[in-house]
Amino acid sequence: MTEHLTNGSATTVPDVAGRFGIYGGRFVPEALMAALEELDAAYRAAIIDPDFTAEFEYLQRTYTGRPNPVTDATNLRAHAGGARILLKREDLNHTGSHKINNVLGQALLTKRMGKTRVIAETGAGQHGVATATAAALLDLECVVYMGEEDTARQALNVARMQLLGATVVPVTAGSRTLKDAINEAMRDWVTNVDRTHYLLGTVAGPAPFPEMVRNFHSVIGREARAQTLELTGRLPDVVAACVGGGSNAIGIFHAFRDDAGVALYGFEAGGDGIESGRHAAKLSVGSPGVLHGARSYLLQDDEGQTIESHSISAGLDYPSVGPEHSWLRDSGKATYESVTDVEAMDAFSLLSRTEGIIPAIESAHAVAGAIRLGKRLGPEALILVNLSGRGDKDVATAAKWFNLVDTGAEGAV
Amino acid sequence: MSHLAETFAAAKADNRAALIAYLPAGFPSHIDCVPVIAAMVENGVDAVEIGLPYSDPLMDGPVIQAAVDASLRAGTRIGDVMANVAGVASTGAPTLVMSYWNPIERYGVQRFASELAAAGGCGVITPDLTPEEAGPWIEATDEHGIDRVFLVAPSSSSARIDLVAQTCSGFVYAASTMGVTGARTSVSSMAPKLVARVRESTSLPVCVGLGVSTGAQAADVAQYADGVIVGSAFVKALLDAPTPSAGAQAVAALAAELATGVRGKSSANVL
Repeated sequence: MTEHLTNGSATTVPDVAGRFGIYGGRFVPEALMAALEELDAAYRAAIIDPDFTAEFEYLQRTYTGRPNPVTDATNLRAHAGGARILLKREDLNHTGSHKINNVLGQALLTKRMGKTRVIAETGAGQHGVATATAAALLDLECVVYMGEEDTARQALNVARMQLLGATVVPVTAGSRTLKDAINEAMRDWVTNVDRTHYLLGTVAGPAPFPEMVRNFHSVIGREARAQTLELTGRLPDVVAACVGGGSNAIGIFHAFRDDAGVALYGFEAGGDGIESGRHAAKLSVGSPGVLHGARSYLLQDDEGQTIESHSISAGLDYPSVGPEHSWLRDSGKATYESVTDVEAMDAFSLLSRTEGIIPAIESAHAVAGAIRLGKRLGPEALILVNLSGRGDKDVATAAKWFNLVDTGAEGAV
Repeated sequence: MSHLAETFAAAKADNRAALIAYLPAGFPSHIDCVPVIAAMVENGVDAVEIGLPYSDPLMDGPVIQAAVDASLRAGTRIGDVMANVAGVASTGAPTLVMSYWNPIERYGVQRFASELAAAGGCGVITPDLTPEEAGPWIEATDEHGIDRVFLVAPSSSSARIDLVAQTCSGFVYAASTMGVTGARTSVSSMAPKLVARVRESTSLPVCVGLGVSTGAQAADVAQYADGVIVGSAFVKALLDAPTPSAGAQAVAALAAELATGVRGKSSANVL
């Protein structure tokens, strides 16, 4: 019954030290080690406690709205080499993305540990909104750190978090994006750790976060695998997802980890193009390094200084990635390619016009990748895409990109 | 006896704690870094930590972040850090590097330890490296005779204090409080208890850092610790100074005040 929250397979990682091969681990100030050990123990006790899993599953069903459907994107086929494309509709979850899956799990754990305050980082605002939502539901104090650049490009989500009762702290250090928001959240955590849980929003960070966050998101792939079998009578040839920190991708990949015939594809942000140097394609051109508590692929210079990432998508604008993706990459169990801003926005527009679904710009990277793979594989191919979030938050960015904003006297969009 | 051990032994023979000061490499500028630290040493600093500027200093508060950012913007590289180490070591004070882990791993642990030893450095403090992840680093530091200093915190369990203390050489760095670097109005009441717990695990010197900025605070910490570590207060004095020479005067005066403190006197008694 609780198999899906534990590893449940002899082939899975991490090991007891939280390592995925050479990746992962715990590279943190000693002051946080006690909190990580407490979290690890609380997590492992919770996932074998029927009361915890029952409450988690109850909230997923009655609050998040799970299971969400798989949509057969029949109109998109003609644009994707004739390949059949299925969309896993995480965009239909409460709060508008997959992020709520992990947030509810960790918020329940926070209560279980007797802590009264959660902090979170956010890039696009999706994780911040989900955390603020769960904090409102479970009566937790909530502070969200967000890079100042992101508060500007995702202003609507800032307002949503504030409406939900959270405090949003704009971070002005460094590149003023997700990386710096995580630094600031870590500083808060080390200072207030006795009553605060750091509700990390992706499969990165020190152990046990990569494993725990993955397992809270594994419902995505479990549902999608069964829905694909039911709809088509077979497994997909490809499972595709966008990769920033990598939580939605791991969430859908995990259920297919032992399916030899299923290729796993992650699409990271190519920004202005790899050759421009302005991108977030760490798995394509980064190198192994340590950032935010774990070893993983990282955009860094020859002396280990982090190189700032760039993407039109705030949620993918991160210079590192969850350690399991680095392990999947090196072991050949998954393939990673990059998608530029232009390709992603073309897919954003295409999905909106052909299927009536406005995706998050993050998720549009996965759609663009699926279209590319469809053209490569042809009409017999069956491609499952994780549509990780909806695009309401991105309407202003998209309107600007497509020159839909009339700056003249009429002022109407 | 290592250079650090000699320094602690001399302070102990003097019935006082050692004064350890921190400044980032390349700060307040490439030209001024070594002379400023030399002035601090002349005014009573016993040992020096040179910070390796890093893009993501998540254990540091706003003061050190600002200094490190300025140093990185001025183009500080690891070669410059080694040059600063060599310059400071030539004053005779034991010289350590304080570095987050990724720059050392990326540079190469053997290469880093070897170049530091060649520059006359005697140790490295790694605030985000735990003993569990330190295997290759332990080998490299042993091979090159570099002391490796890890941190303990008020939240550390007895088992973890044992582990950290057994992995350390030179001294054990006790973080006085739960938090990041920066001056505080009082040194945490958690610090004496933490130092006492560390002493149950090791005979190594135990030094206290985080939040110490005045002579009176140094005097307080010196009552129970073997060393008093001061960073942000020196950095702030330099950031606030209108000119480089005013900055040098300010840190020299602060060093003198703290040196009086670690001798168990408050500066008020001296003045």
